Amino acid sequence: MDVLFLSRLQFAVATYFHFLFVPLTLGLSLIIAIMQSLHLKTGDEEYRAMARFWGKLFLINFVIGVVTGITLEFQFGTNWSRYSRYVGDIFGPLLAIEATVAFFLESTFIAVWAFGWKKLSPKIHTLAIWLVAIASNISALWILIANSWMQNPVGFLTKNGRPVLNDLVAVVTQPYAILTILHTLAAAYVVSAFFVMGVSAYHILRKQHGSFFLRSFRVGLVFGLISSLFVLVEGHMHAAMLAGTQPAKMAALETHWETGTYAPVYIFAIPDQEQARNSIQIGRIPGVLSILAYHTPSAEVKGLRDIPKAHRPPVAPVFFSFRLMVTLGLLFVLLMVITWFKRKSLESSPRLLRILLYAIPLPYITCALGWTVTELGRQPWIVYGFMKTSDAVSPVAASQVAVSLVAFILVYSLLGITAFALMARSARQGPQRLAAPATSRKEA
Amino acid sequence: MLETIWFLLWGILWALYFILDGFDLGLGTLLPFLGKNDTERRIIYNTMGPFWDGNEVWLITAGGVTFAAFPATYAVLFSAFYSPLMIILFALIIRAAAFELRGKLPGKSWRSLWDSLAALGSFVPALLFGVAFANIFRGIPIDGEGIYHADLFFLLNLYALLGGLLFLLLFLVHGALWLAVKSEGILQQRAARYAKTLWVPLVVVAVLFLAHTWFETGLYYNYKLIPVLLLIPLCAVLALLLVRAYLAHKTYGKAWFASCLVILCVTLFGVMGLYPNMLISTMNPAYSLTAFNAASSPGTLKIMLVVALIFVPIVMLYQGWVYSLFRGKVRSEDLQSDEAY
Repeated sequence: MDVLFLSRLQFAVATYFHFLFVPLTLGLSLIIAIMQSLHLKTGDEEYRAMARFWGKLFLINFVIGVVTGITLEFQFGTNWSRYSRYVGDIFGPLLAIEATVAFFLESTFIAVWAFGWKKLSPKIHTLAIWLVAIASNISALWILIANSWMQNPVGFLTKNGRPVLNDLVAVVTQPYAILTILHTLAAAYVVSAFFVMGVSAYHILRKQHGSFFLRSFRVGLVFGLISSLFVLVEGHMHAAMLAGTQPAKMAALETHWETGTYAPVYIFAIPDQEQARNSIQIGRIPGVLSILAYHTPSAEVKGLRDIPKAHRPPVAPVFFSFRLMVTLGLLFVLLMVITWFKRKSLESSPRLLRILLYAIPLPYITCALGWTVTELGRQPWIVYGFMKTSDAVSPVAASQVAVSLVAFILVYSLLGITAFALMARSARQGPQRLAAPATSRKEA
Repeated sequence: MLETIWFLLWGILWALYFILDGFDLGLGTLLPFLGKNDTERRIIYNTMGPFWDGNEVWLITAGGVTFAAFPATYAVLFSAFYSPLMIILFALIIRAAAFELRGKLPGKSWRSLWDSLAALGSFVPALLFGVAFANIFRGIPIDGEGIYHADLFFLLNLYALLGGLLFLLLFLVHGALWLAVKSEGILQQRAARYAKTLWVPLVVVAVLFLAHTWFETGLYYNYKLIPVLLLIPLCAVLALLLVRAYLAHKTYGKAWFASCLVILCVTLFGVMGLYPNMLISTMNPAYSLTAFNAASSPGTLKIMLVVALIFVPIVMLYQGWVYSLFRGKVRSEDLQSDEAY
């Protein structure tokens, strides 16, 4: 196994794992902030207790997200040094701005919030969690701007054979970045909504803690209904945009080989990368891909055969990941809508509650599928159309990367299992034990 | 000019990181020795509780700024130091997990496992940052393409190990002083005793390191050129003496600030001596990465300077506010509260 393969695998392991914790940081921070704001507005102590309970789960998740993010930033140097050196002028500032503008704020105020329940007035304390929520979302925004630049490089000139940042505003405001940001944030909110609803469903099913979890559920539901609908509409726009910016990825999404008008989608297909065709294709619906990409059935959509073989992404994993992601996305909307209509009779809908409990992992999987589409769909490029992944890897020994890869897998597995087990334990315990010391002590 | 400003900022950011996370790393390493029972250990964790996460971001910023302002240095340095850097990152992950997860279960073996991991996760970065920076001062075999031509063991030379020991002792004293500031009673006395005891080897290692630097590196060249710069190492020596004097007077807060000054001056001593080099090639001086040949374009440096000059002071302001918000000693009754580690 060579350095390139091992480094890609390592980055994939590190990113997938990191993104198990990021969505909850982005979404649950907002949900907690909303709960605390409701407490301020209504004066109802239960909202504060809710923020406290969900905050406990949030903190475990948060720390693992933070530490696994650091290794990603540093891996650009350790494993992708040729990339870093070549495009550092543009890519480096985006990561540095993220750290100074957002990550500091997030990491500093999470501690203010976690340790400030008694030290701060409820108003300032609520402000602290809002700062955490806003800062973590801004942090994601800068990271996604950096990723979007790799997907669709803009705003630079090549001077003396070296790309140089020319227009930061173009890098930050390009439509690709905006759509990626909206898509990823909304998906993270879906994860968080399902998490809150699923954990709440567990307690509602057991008829314990009364209104505590019914209310939590309702906050999650409103949040989830809006974001799951949004992610669907926005996701469509995002995919349609690929027709212009990343035609190879676009064609791989629907395993589309022949350039042509009235481009079809298939209900089922198995792509054959070698032969540049589908070995099985069932249920051809002509024109649909053209409509999806250009909103007219007669529009021409570029097929993979018109893209040099060496520049085609691995079609099968991109296609299947995309299909599954979209299917799950539709399922989430369906679940949210059904739940919305049953929101007043939740306690008498045990089957729905059980489905929601077991649905907790599904949005996580969907996020991983989304990243698979994004990143594998960009291959063989690290910067689309500009720099190949194979030219980006560090000149380090394969043995070094092999050892670190094993370490990543071991440490992350142990850490992931421990963190999720502790979160599950806290979630099952429910709020009463947690709330006890708060009520027995005088609030400052 | 822009390159020189960024080189200085780069050095200052690393110094800030070492000052701020230095006490966490030092105190974390001493945790099993300073905390004799669960209550004492929890007090130790909680003296760092609201700060360690924010402190660690200075590392990410130092890394990010290296990437943004000196991409070639970032690329060559991080890939040449692949294994030590990975070990540092894993150690920091384990430390963070220990802080957050230790208190989640009551079991004795669970907690002592995480205590050991917290100590290990603090000890390793403290040592390896010193090893890494000593190697930066000394130079490593890189070629014109920035490819590193040696193995891990090359980095573990005597001078680098001395550098590692220096950083470790600096952070241990710094951490013990922090606990002396933030605790009371027997724990405070123990912390002060550790600071006093560790101060002696720190002085010995510092002298050895400075002497070794003369033979092993070209750091003194700039000091011969501009003798006024010698005020920096002089300041380090004076601050180190002040640490001991304040310790004798039991004014631990002042001793801790003096220790901050020591770390600042030691880092700046290296950085100023290094200038304009960032990574010296022992194969051929022409291959060395400098603030000029490794820098980003003037446009990027300007944008980043604006960002840094606006946001770094803001960060310092609100982090300062957090330090003042959570000032005062951590007492055993504080552990009763729900949010304590």
